[in-house]
Amino acid sequence: MGKLYERLMQDVRFQEGLKACIHCGTCTAICPAAEFYVYDPRQIVDILQTQDDRQIEELLKSETIWYCGECMSCVTRCPRGNAPGLIIIALRSLSQEMGYFTESEKGRQQLALKRTVGQWMLDYGYCLYAPLISAKQHPEQGPVWEWEQKHLGDVMDRLGANLNRPGPGVLRRIPPESLEEIRRIFEVTGGLDRFDKIEKFSRIKALEMGLEIGEGTDSEYFARIYLGE
Amino acid sequence: MDIEGKRNIWKEYQKEIADDHYFYVRSCVRQNFFPGAETVFLRILRDLLNKDIFENPSHTSCSGICYHSDIIPFETTMTVIARQFSLMTDAGYKNFVTSCITSFGLYSEVMETWRHFPEKKDQAREFLRKATGRDFEVPVNVAHASDIIFKFRKEIAAKAKYRLINRETGKPLRVVEHIGCHYSKMFPEKGIGGAEYPYVLIGMIEEWGGEVVDYPERRHCCGFGFRQYLVRANRGLSLSCSKKKFDSMEPYHPELILTNCPGCPMFLDRWQYVMSEMEGKTYGPDGEAIPVFTYEELAGLVLGYDPWDIGLQVHQVPVEPLLRKMGIPFDPEKKFLGPGGKFMGEPQLPANFICK
Repeated sequence: MGKLYERLMQDVRFQEGLKACIHCGTCTAICPAAEFYVYDPRQIVDILQTQDDRQIEELLKSETIWYCGECMSCVTRCPRGNAPGLIIIALRSLSQEMGYFTESEKGRQQLALKRTVGQWMLDYGYCLYAPLISAKQHPEQGPVWEWEQKHLGDVMDRLGANLNRPGPGVLRRIPPESLEEIRRIFEVTGGLDRFDKIEKFSRIKALEMGLEIGEGTDSEYFARIYLGE
Repeated sequence: MDIEGKRNIWKEYQKEIADDHYFYVRSCVRQNFFPGAETVFLRILRDLLNKDIFENPSHTSCSGICYHSDIIPFETTMTVIARQFSLMTDAGYKNFVTSCITSFGLYSEVMETWRHFPEKKDQAREFLRKATGRDFEVPVNVAHASDIIFKFRKEIAAKAKYRLINRETGKPLRVVEHIGCHYSKMFPEKGIGGAEYPYVLIGMIEEWGGEVVDYPERRHCCGFGFRQYLVRANRGLSLSCSKKKFDSMEPYHPELILTNCPGCPMFLDRWQYVMSEMEGKTYGPDGEAIPVFTYEELAGLVLGYDPWDIGLQVHQVPVEPLLRKMGIPFDPEKKFLGPGGKFMGEPQLPANFICK
């Protein structure tokens, strides 16, 4: 058993997700990502069951592990109680811990996710926060979202929200002491450490690619990973 | 499978839902995109059903979108969830109700993990204590907000002013029900009716007079896929999933889509706009797009609440044709009025959408 496989075995999601795969391919048949990408969860499980570190390292550096949408449709249908979706989560975690994620185009996108939903969770207590979901970055939201963005405060008030104000309600301002508790939770549980690793390995890759990475969402590297390479 | 077979499956997946005294946590997607839905849910619970439902302003997102974007460890999410439970414990509640399906799936996953790996529960308790000084009890009952509306669907029907019936023809409206993946695909026993034939939305549709549409891709994901939507370069996957569903449901002529996940109605609404722009294609009757409602919005509509009070103006697909079909009165002049009756301007109607 290789060291990478041992690391995976320490993850409860891997322990719960991979019991005894019979390679029937039901997971691949039901998988929405497999309809869109050249993606085969059955094959991923096949590789993992070899416990061969060389193949597992290749997998952790590949595009393949980033195609899943974590809808967990595979969990319902697996006749042996495996959970390929959970295995993917464990693989993605290890890929980031090892710094392998920057070796693939889809893996590099982790920085974009960290600097948007990750930062918003820390700054506002919300993974998504309407004032920052710009119509420009979200053309699929259509004219109604463009209109809402222009009149956000009024629209929210009209619908009984409490945007950025104290007290209960939709999109209320989360008290500073609560945000500090969330930050401390991230600190104590390894959340901030994961963020630091995503930043660190992304900076190394940006340097290698000759792209400016900055701190926020307007750098060359961010644009490359967010809009597509 | 015939209806009798489905009813037998549903019998196997009965779930206990608390009757009163709920601790409510909001959904980040629903707050941002369907704020009126959460407002009307609380209004129905408090004003119509006289239930005690409490919200602590200090609760946050469950961190589920970060977790399923794979940017935070499981331990971080487990401890954020332990903090939500701590707020519930402090407030003296035991029944936990969440507005979000991703959250509902994650609360279920965390509680199941703690059952199988008690050391992870001890670890989360220790992390929470170290980070915040808090402690927590695990809820006695965890429900999704759609479970609550399902539980009281008959009471809502008894007080309804309108039914899911075409006023002119007298025929039931043909309704597609779409269940969020994380409601029961991971833990079928946590959802009313299980994963293959979930009954939570069907129960509402049947009780309120509609006819449920069956179609091949009924259980297919809407396509959110977390990173598959959140990163702009990946959105093709998200769109393709929705297109697959619409192509599959089209021959069955649905007039309305009902959802229980906060994300699904947003995607099924917005991707119809994108498909109309890209291909000039719409999927509803007479060249219209198909309105997509949340269960709170639909409950509000049948109860006779003003469509603009419950937030139907923030849908991209125009809802007016359906309102007329159901005989629900509305004032088009008030659709885009803000607080104090101030006109807020009007979004442009997409070129290929019809709003008669």
